[in-house]
Formats: sequence, structure tokens, C-alpha cells
Amino acid sequence: MKILKFIKKSYSIVLLLFLGVLVFSCNTDETQTVATFKKLVAEDNFDVEGAPDSNFWNIEIGDGSDQGIPGWGNNELQVYTDREENVKVENGFLLITARQEDFNDAQYTSARIQTKGKVQQLYGRFEARIRLPYGKGMWPAFWLLGDDNNGTEVWPNIGEIDIMENTGDSPTEIFGTIHGPGYSGGNSISKTFTLEQDRVDTDFHVYGIEWGPNYINFYIDDKLYNQLTPEDVDDETDGEGEWVFNNRPFYIILNLAVGGNLPGQPNEETIFPQTMLVDYVRVYEQ
Amino acid sequence: MKSINYKTGRSAIILGLILIFNLGCERDLTDEAVPATFPNTAEIFTDTPVGLTDDFFISFDPADGANPQAFNTDDDVAYQGTTSIRFDVPTPSDPNGSFIGGIFKDRGEGRDLTGYDALTFWAKATVTADIERVGFGADFEEGNFVVRQKVPVFTNWRKVIVPIPDPSKLTQEKGMFLISTNSTSNNNQGFTIWIDEVKFEKLGTTRLTGAQIFGGQDLTQEGFVGIPTQLDWQTFTTNLADGQNLSTELRPNYFEFSSSNPQVATVSEDGLIEVVGLGETLITASLNGVMAQGSLNLNVASVFSFAPVPTRPAENVVSLFSDAYNDIPVSRYNSFFEPFQTTLGGVVNAGTETIISYTDLNFVGIVFNDVIFPAEAVTPVDATNLTHLHIDILVPEALQAEDRFLVQLTNYGATESVGSFLINGSDLVQDGWASFDIPLSSFAGLTDLSRIGLLLFNTSNASNVPTISSVILDNIYFYAE
Repeated sequence: MKILKFIKKSYSIVLLLFLGVLVFSCNTDETQTVATFKKLVAEDNFDVEGAPDSNFWNIEIGDGSDQGIPGWGNNELQVYTDREENVKVENGFLLITARQEDFNDAQYTSARIQTKGKVQQLYGRFEARIRLPYGKGMWPAFWLLGDDNNGTEVWPNIGEIDIMENTGDSPTEIFGTIHGPGYSGGNSISKTFTLEQDRVDTDFHVYGIEWGPNYINFYIDDKLYNQLTPEDVDDETDGEGEWVFNNRPFYIILNLAVGGNLPGQPNEETIFPQTMLVDYVRVYEQ
Repeated sequence: MKSINYKTGRSAIILGLILIFNLGCERDLTDEAVPATFPNTAEIFTDTPVGLTDDFFISFDPADGANPQAFNTDDDVAYQGTTSIRFDVPTPSDPNGSFIGGIFKDRGEGRDLTGYDALTFWAKATVTADIERVGFGADFEEGNFVVRQKVPVFTNWRKVIVPIPDPSKLTQEKGMFLISTNSTSNNNQGFTIWIDEVKFEKLGTTRLTGAQIFGGQDLTQEGFVGIPTQLDWQTFTTNLADGQNLSTELRPNYFEFSSSNPQVATVSEDGLIEVVGLGETLITASLNGVMAQGSLNLNVASVFSFAPVPTRPAENVVSLFSDAYNDIPVSRYNSFFEPFQTTLGGVVNAGTETIISYTDLNFVGIVFNDVIFPAEAVTPVDATNLTHLHIDILVPEALQAEDRFLVQLTNYGATESVGSFLINGSDLVQDGWASFDIPLSSFAGLTDLSRIGLLLFNTSNASNVPTISSVILDNIYFYAE
């Protein structure tokens, strides 16, 4: 896949310095390293006001019925739109906003954008700086899906890497997950990270993975909190599961779901609208 | 009214005290002008009290029903270490007092709490029940109180969090801890609460998500130049790490207030709204950068005009409230009966005179007896030789067809007798005074006049729904014709 954005040299120097800080302040596990991939190959800093950059993003609309998965496969309650009430770039941030409103037979609207066919690659470091919403029923995610070869292959065989998910009733917890054949949905392989003295909705945090042949490292800020390998898939699935992350490009998805199987329904204490703020999305190669 | 058991509701004192010691304070020059130079000790109780006054637990007044014997430390039970604090919550009939209530106070000049975001402690109880009120910042002086209500306790140790809405306000705080509860939540059966590891903490996991004044309602009220009104029903909401949303009461001075037209009304740091001119203004507030829900739209159409000056000779009058006479001792001009009374307000200054202003009305009593609140006992009125009750009423809101204002007198004789007189809304005047001279013989049911000790007003209709929500009263007196 061709990468569409090229980075100015001076900018990447600044980035390298920043990465240096990340690396050296991390000492979670000597056998692991955080963020060693330093060659920036694509980024959106959300500097242009208006709709998300169409060179980078596709906006997915509807309730999943067009994709054959009403409720997006999880009994989610929202309908996604491309209206600026639900998705826009403003003041240097991408805003994905969930609203409580009647719209096309749904009670909630929100947005989901992805980079299929535009920014996708096999392996690399995928990172975003995000401030999350809060409240029961909120389900924000920054994740990757494997390319489906023009629709000839299906989930979970194509693989899914959830770099960051959160449910709004747990404002100090995020989790990183992989799905593949033999370990998908409720049987996916996941690990939760709990923030100390901090929350996901009051501050921005950097969420990322570094992904290479036979491994995916999950990190938040300067903390590497999980590494998944084919051995983990074997252990978790008694040898039934298959590692599907070595053979196809993956693309990025950012979305804010409302309700559904995982977070449960919003309740009377859930305050709407709720906004997921994204400062940047960056993709690196080794 | 029969459903309201205010006579045995001595827990009224709990709210009464909190309101009185906090709202009754005068403001000094702002503390913010002084750099914070006070110790920031976090611990309040570990296995021993930390930096507290020698008396450790300062009970509310036993004369009001507080039970000072109910407090102790316990060397057999601890969440951590060796010792916890133990409260034996009494029953309503406990001769030592029907509730536990009191504070822990810093023994020095106060602590700098600006680096913390919550008071925390661990608690358990012999049964699953509620602590009616728990918080900090109450010091019987000028503390910036924050109080959570109905905090559940369980039979295993659980952590309790009382969030600090704006730590920057707490540069010198003496009120370290406040607790007050009776056994209502356990069906009036006594039970024991242990608390341990009481301290201030920087959790970093709490989020101030909202603030409310006037209970989050957008109110519209008539105002009069010279008649102040007090901000009330202020709360803030906090989202905790476990997703729980807490609602917590706080002193008004945590808020920043705004009046859209300061020529009409201004708001003091502590939420007193002073009406200074004619016109319209919108009172709003924010808390630590969060805009508060709720507002007061004040329409001021006139300078306050006082009720007609009474002319009856003083020797024929027994006055409860009037600038024209010497009033007899009265224990309360607002009864604050718990738990059903919603009425706020009481005596306010109007220029050089005073009037009574009630808001959020359902019912409210003027208390002048030696029965309901023994600690405040005064002599009831012997009205055997008196013939009438006079009262002037001004209703600062639009009157509706079904509005009513029930006046009730209670005589505390060998047996208690109660008489009522109903004033219909059609006999009242919006924004104007209506004067009533009610023959005592018209109080149906009042069989004995020798020890009248309670004058109660009730605006509720037959379905127990309040009608008129605010009134101004003046010149309340008995007289002989």
C-alpha cells in the first residue's frame, strides 16, 4: 500500500527526540522495548478544519446493515453519520461525538472513520493521542482490521487488532485485544491496563502498538503493558487458533459506539453529547 | 400533615446544625490574598488521631439529641494497623441521644489541602446501612463544608470517597471530618460503624462532571429592592474510577457567581443575593470551571413596601414577630422539620427592619414551646385571654386558583390540641400585602389556649402537593380585641 503523506525532515527530528524520551523513560520489562519503530510514514495531525482529510479517511455511515452486520455485530445502538455534528476537525483535533437524538430509527448518532485502501500496511507502529469520553454505554475504540481482499475474505479470518478500547463506566481502564480464527468476539485475547492516579477522559494519552513478524506490543504513554505472539494464541486456544498477523496489510478505524454487548446500555446518568478527541494518528515503519 | 412526624424527628437537628453553623458565618477578607503557608498533613486518623484537637471527637450538642457516648476507638477492629474508630449508632429512644454527630478538628491553624482531591476512609458496619451524612470542612467556624448524604456501609471494609470540588479553595481548613447519622436506615435498630485510615488523598481518578444550584432548576422569582435571598440547594457531581456518579452538597463559596445585571442584584462570595435595583437579572454560577446547572431569574419591579404598621396598643399584644412590638422569645422562625419539610429561608433584614421570607414552601413552623426542641425551650403563649391572631402575608408570585395557605396552631397542654384556619389563594394578593385578623375561635380543634407553642404554615393541597412556593410574612402577633 502506498503511503500518502510524506514527512518533512525537520519535523521528524522533533519526533525522534520525543521518542527518545519515550524509550528511555520506560523500563517495564527488559525483554521488551516500547516504540522502536521510528520511520514515520503517515500521519494526520488534524490541522485542517472541516471534514476529516479524505486522502486519509473514509467515513462509514449507517447501522452496519449495509455491511451485513446490523448493530455492527455487537447490538450497538448508534447510527453513524458523516454530519459535522458527529465528526469534524476543529482546533487541531478530530472530534467524534455521540449524541442522543432520533435519527433513522436509532436513538443515538455517532461516527466511525477508517483508512481502508488509503493508509494500510503490514507491520509497523500505529499510534494515536486521544482523550476519551465517559459515561455508561460509551465504547470508543482505536483499532485495525485486516484487508479483506476485495470482500473475498471475512472476519475473523482477516484479523483484528484493537489497539485501544474502553467502556465509559471504567474511566481508568483501557484494553488491547486481538481477534482471529479460533479467538474472536467473547473469546478474543485481551489485556486490561489500569491507569494509576489518572483517567482516560480528563487527559490525553498516547495509545499504540508496535507490530512485527510474530509479535504485537501494546503500549499506553511510556508503558508497554502487553506482548502477544503466536505462542499466546496457541496457549489461549489450545492450539486451535491461527496467528493471522503476518500476511496482510491492516487499516485503521476510529469510532465511538453507544451501547451494545460490551459496554451495556447508556443509563439516565449518561450525559450526552460525549466526544472522543483525537490529537493525531501516526504510522511508523521499522 | 398527619403523616409528618416532626415531633419525634429530632434528627432535624442534624441538618439544622449544619445549616446554622455554616450559613451563619460572616466573611472575613478573602483568604486568597494570603499565601498558603499551612501544613499539608494528609492523615486524620491512622491508629491514633493525627494532629487533631485534644477532645478528638467534638460532638454536636447533646441537648439537641447528639449522643457523645456513641463515639470510641476500637483496638479489636482495624482495616489497617491496630485501631479503628467506632460509632455505636443509637436508637431513637436512646436516653443518651438519638444520633451520633460531630466533627474532627485540626489542632493548629488549619491545613493546606490544595494538593488533594478527596477525603477518603475505610468503613464497615454490623449491618448494611447508611451513614446519613459524612464529609469535611465543618469546623463550627467558617469551614468550607462538603457533605455526602446517605453513604452506604457494608459488613466488609469498603473505601468511601468524599471528593473535593475545588482544592484551590482549601488553603487553611480546620474541619477535617464530619459524621452524623441516626439508625433510620436500619429501621431504627442500633448498629455499629467502624471507620479507619481517614485521610486526604490525591486520587487523580475523580472527575468533576457537573454542578447544580437551586437543585439544577431554572427558577424565576419576583424580587424586591432591599430584600436579599440566599442561594440554596447547591451540589456537585463527581465521576469515580468505578464509574459511579456521586452527588455531594457543598458550601456556596466554592462557586463563582455571576449576575447578568449587577445594577439589579449582586451575589456575595457565600451566595447571598442582594437586590439593589429595579429590573431583571439572571444569577448563574460555575464551579472550578464547570458551569452550574440551575439559575435564578430575578424580576425586580418595585422597592419593597412594608406591611401596614400595627396600631394595636402593646399591652393587648403578644408578638411573635414584628418590628412594632417587643417579640416574645421564639426558638425558631424556620422549624427545619425533617425529613419532609422543604421550606427554606426565615428572618431576613430589609433595610433597618426585618421580615420573614420563606422559599421552597411546603410547610414550615414558627416554634415557641418547650416540647419539640428541648435544648431551645421557651415558654409557650397563654392565649386564654387573647382573641385573635394577626398576620400580614405577601405572595411574590402569580397566584393560582387552587392556591392555599393553611395556618395551624398547636397547644401543648396535658393533651396536645391542634386547630387550623384555611386562607384561600383568592384572599391573597400577588406582590401586595394581605392582612388577616383571625379569631382564635376560628381555629377548629384548638380546645385549649393556655400553652400555644407552634404556628405552622402549610401550602400543600389535598394531594399533599405544595401550591404557593414563596411568601413574605410580617407582624405575626396574638392580641386581645
